[in-house]
Amino acid sequence: MHITVRLFARLRDIAGSGELVRQVPDGSTARALWDQLVAEYTEFTGYRDAVSTAINEEYAKMDRVLADGDEVAFLPPVSGG
Amino acid sequence: MTVSSFVVTHHPLSVDDVIASIGDSTKPAAGAIALFLGQVRSENMSKHVMHLEYEGFEPLAIKAFRRIANEARESWGDARLVIHHRLGTLEVSETSVVIAATSPHRAEAFATCRYAIERIKQIAPIWKHEFFEGGDVWVEGATADPDDQEAREHAYRQACI
Repeated sequence: MHITVRLFARLRDIAGSGELVRQVPDGSTARALWDQLVAEYTEFTGYRDAVSTAINEEYAKMDRVLADGDEVAFLPPVSGG
Repeated sequence: MTVSSFVVTHHPLSVDDVIASIGDSTKPAAGAIALFLGQVRSENMSKHVMHLEYEGFEPLAIKAFRRIANEARESWGDARLVIHHRLGTLEVSETSVVIAATSPHRAEAFATCRYAIERIKQIAPIWKHEFFEGGDVWVEGATADPDDQEAREHAYRQACI
């Protein structure tokens, strides 16, 4: 499946891009996609328990099974206000 | 001109626009309006701040603001919220967020306003990149989870002090 990955703030800085396209096997969860990115960008490791995800512009759980064409955003801890 | 209740923008914020938005959404006149303005601090964690860059995931931020307003209504009935948040480069003393809470009575207006800023800091997908003398850092606060009831109750307790 083709997945569009959106990255923000420090995650974007680490990856050097705010938008990536990645392939994942059918039935993959957001967590599996994240683990794939951690293998690629080792500095993501520290965010394992702190990252949030949004799928197609809605907050979602990391165990959500992805569908082809989904846009998956990974969000480091937020600091608005 | 109609101004939206929930806005993220790279343009300077206008309190007048926020007040105008309340006028559009309230009937009859509310009775009480509580306003909160967040401003870029010159000192943070003993560092001399030069400027901030705010980044946001805009569509999700608007949904988060709407969610916060719905949550507030569950607690304080008639209270209504307007939230305008700035993105991009902000100099020291510029306004980063304007929140207006309206209600027939002041207690609910103040509580709703306080609840909103606490919840924004918990779940709005917005990030500060702080540039200070000698370096820069992404500020990382709360892990955003709108379904975290403990976080929501914490915000509620802050609002009801």
